[in-house]
Amino acid sequence: MSQGLQGPGPLERPHPSGRRTAEGQRIDPQEEAEPARRRTILSALVKHEPGVLAKVAGLFSRRQFNIESLSVGPTAYKRHARITLVIEETEPGIEQARKQLTKLIPVISVTELDSDAVDRELALIKVDGEHPDAIAAVAEMYDGQAVDVSETTVTVEITGPEDRIDAAVKTFERFGIREVVRTGTAALAAGPSETAPGHSASIETTTPPSVTGDD
Amino acid sequence: MTNPEFDQYPPEDHEGEPTTEVDCGADAVVASLEQAGVEILFGVQGGAIMPVYDALYDSPMRHITMGHEQGAAHAADAYGIVSGEPGVCVATSGPGATNLITGLADANMDSDPLVALTGQVPTGMVGNDAFQETDTIGVTGPVTKTNYFADDSDTVGDVVGEAVELSRRGRPGPTVVDLPKDVTLGETDQRPSEPRLPDTYHPPDRADQETVEAAAEALKRAEKPVILSGGGVIKGEATAELRSFAIEKGIPVITTMPGTGSFPEDHDLALEMAGMHGTGYANMGITHCDYLLGIGTRFDDRLTGAIETFAPEAELAHIDIDPAEISKNIKADYPLLGDAGTVIGQLDGAIAGPLDIDPWREQCRTWKEEYPMDYEWDPDGPLKPQYVVETFDELTDDDTIVTTGVGQHQMWAVQYWTYTEPRTWVSSHGLGTMGYGLPAAIGAKLAAPKQDVVCFDGDGSFLMTGEELAVAVRENLDIVVAILNNAAVGMVRQWQDAFFEGRHSASQYPWIPAFDKLAEAFGAEGFAVEQYDEVAETIEAALAVDGPAVIDFHIDPDENVYPMVPSGGDNGRFALSEAQLEDL
Repeated sequence: MSQGLQGPGPLERPHPSGRRTAEGQRIDPQEEAEPARRRTILSALVKHEPGVLAKVAGLFSRRQFNIESLSVGPTAYKRHARITLVIEETEPGIEQARKQLTKLIPVISVTELDSDAVDRELALIKVDGEHPDAIAAVAEMYDGQAVDVSETTVTVEITGPEDRIDAAVKTFERFGIREVVRTGTAALAAGPSETAPGHSASIETTTPPSVTGDD
Repeated sequence: MTNPEFDQYPPEDHEGEPTTEVDCGADAVVASLEQAGVEILFGVQGGAIMPVYDALYDSPMRHITMGHEQGAAHAADAYGIVSGEPGVCVATSGPGATNLITGLADANMDSDPLVALTGQVPTGMVGNDAFQETDTIGVTGPVTKTNYFADDSDTVGDVVGEAVELSRRGRPGPTVVDLPKDVTLGETDQRPSEPRLPDTYHPPDRADQETVEAAAEALKRAEKPVILSGGGVIKGEATAELRSFAIEKGIPVITTMPGTGSFPEDHDLALEMAGMHGTGYANMGITHCDYLLGIGTRFDDRLTGAIETFAPEAELAHIDIDPAEISKNIKADYPLLGDAGTVIGQLDGAIAGPLDIDPWREQCRTWKEEYPMDYEWDPDGPLKPQYVVETFDELTDDDTIVTTGVGQHQMWAVQYWTYTEPRTWVSSHGLGTMGYGLPAAIGAKLAAPKQDVVCFDGDGSFLMTGEELAVAVRENLDIVVAILNNAAVGMVRQWQDAFFEGRHSASQYPWIPAFDKLAEAFGAEGFAVEQYDEVAETIEAALAVDGPAVIDFHIDPDENVYPMVPSGGDNGRFALSEAQLEDL
């Protein structure tokens, strides 16, 4: 049975030659290229209340943002917490992640940190303890220290930027790594600039307790 | 009526007084709703929510007991769409709350103002897998604007007020307040304060003036501009601004499905809906334009088809109140963050007089002639659904509200009815929820008692929420349900024919009920129609019924929906027929 409407067929119609990228940007057809991904740090100031972390984690999961690490902890002001996320995304993806995160109601503000931000991660590395002196020497090389020693194991604490932790873990492999735990990156903006704004009276009706320093 | 108590129903509006005295958390909840202007609630009773219902007993607010919590959520959602004020639904913990999820997700996708109050087990039992316990905050989080676990009787009233306020301000959306039983029973004399927004929520109003001027300059340069008017135009109460701007400047207007009714479809500049089942002329317009002004739209995939071929040569200006929508799917060359009406006003101020684009308007007119929304019918042949929709439109006033389920009937209802007014098209767009239509008709009728309400439904959709007919009868609501019955999940079958070699897996109904008799069993009037000459007279008879009526239209089971852009296809290459689909 013949079904439908009358009119010129799909290929009989005039059609523009332009195209967009999969991310919606108009392009020169000759220059279609895979968008590059970039690794960056987002810092979010959030209300310190139950469920915030679940909302943030759920957002990144359901929108398929590529998240490398997430760390959360209290600030100097007890009603706020700070969440630091390391993500690897395309330029539009980073901007979209920032906007979606900002949109969550318990989120006060979100900043993409500059490359000069201070970022640190902590790792605990438990290795076979057969060569305690060598372990101590390597730990010192990474400005770390042994924090637990047993008859068969040594646990070392290392702090530093993420790539330095990567290098340390690699180095300790020669001793036989039993377990590793890493906190994920924590970061603050360099110098006097505020990492993620939000301690003003417009956000909190009650004045925050007097604190020293950034938070 | 068989039930002897039925004659006393609906009960005389008991002279409830506004809740001024607050003794417990539940009183504060009810007082807060009253203070926020809520007049009607849709819900289902149950253990953990009983304290709230007890407080409602003396309230002037009207409560509609629905058949199922999903129905409560859809009815409240439609109430919100039609009235512009949040619909409120109420459910108990556990299954009550989980039954709301589809309605919440639906409202979230379509940015409808909706507030859900859910009972919860007492705080001391939360986490113990108590009877009818569900992690409502956990399961509703991804499908709401935000949600609240109320843990304090003294503040629960304020939390409810914030939930109502947040649901209707900025980009509207659903909010949930989870109410543990000890919190609603707990003593308090704290009256709720005035509803206020969360201190982290600041919807924008005026767009950046420099960007507005740049967008206006580009529009003045454009030779082939179109406006894409989305649901945000209606929700933002910007219909009047849109209409005067488009008509004064002479710019053709395409609508998204949720934007249906924002611009009168009988106007010369109207190209109607674009996208998967949009008109041929709208899809030609959107594909060939060199400037696209999107207003309150999120560039959903059913609208855009493949991103790569969507308005491929157009500069894009995008007005939206939600920053996360701008450049989410389509990169905006002119991001205009703000309230729809305000920003249209800013643009209007930056452009004097009509645009000099006669050839483009003429081209759009030519496309309307080239790709008419027409269909063939034979008075002795099987009943065409398009004919039913058009006849219904002719026999009803312009302000008649249409609700739908999801599927082929929904597409015929949007294609063949001429919408001229905002808030007259009530449908499930983003989520595509079969079963939305009947509970939505109940909510719509209660929001606009003086307007006719017609629910176009499919046989499949109707069977998903048909129990709500009992509510329409009980409340004596004047709604007409027009079932376009093709004894199949028609849209699925259409796709099977197009993309799955005609293998009709689980899409045909070998047996369906006699809907006219089913309606009568519920206490509604039932009609069945198979012939063309019965259509108009039956519609007239159904509209004249005092109370709900159901018409079972036995339509041509072979009729399919066209035009059609296959999923992820090129809008400019829409198929007008099965034969053209095969060419793609």
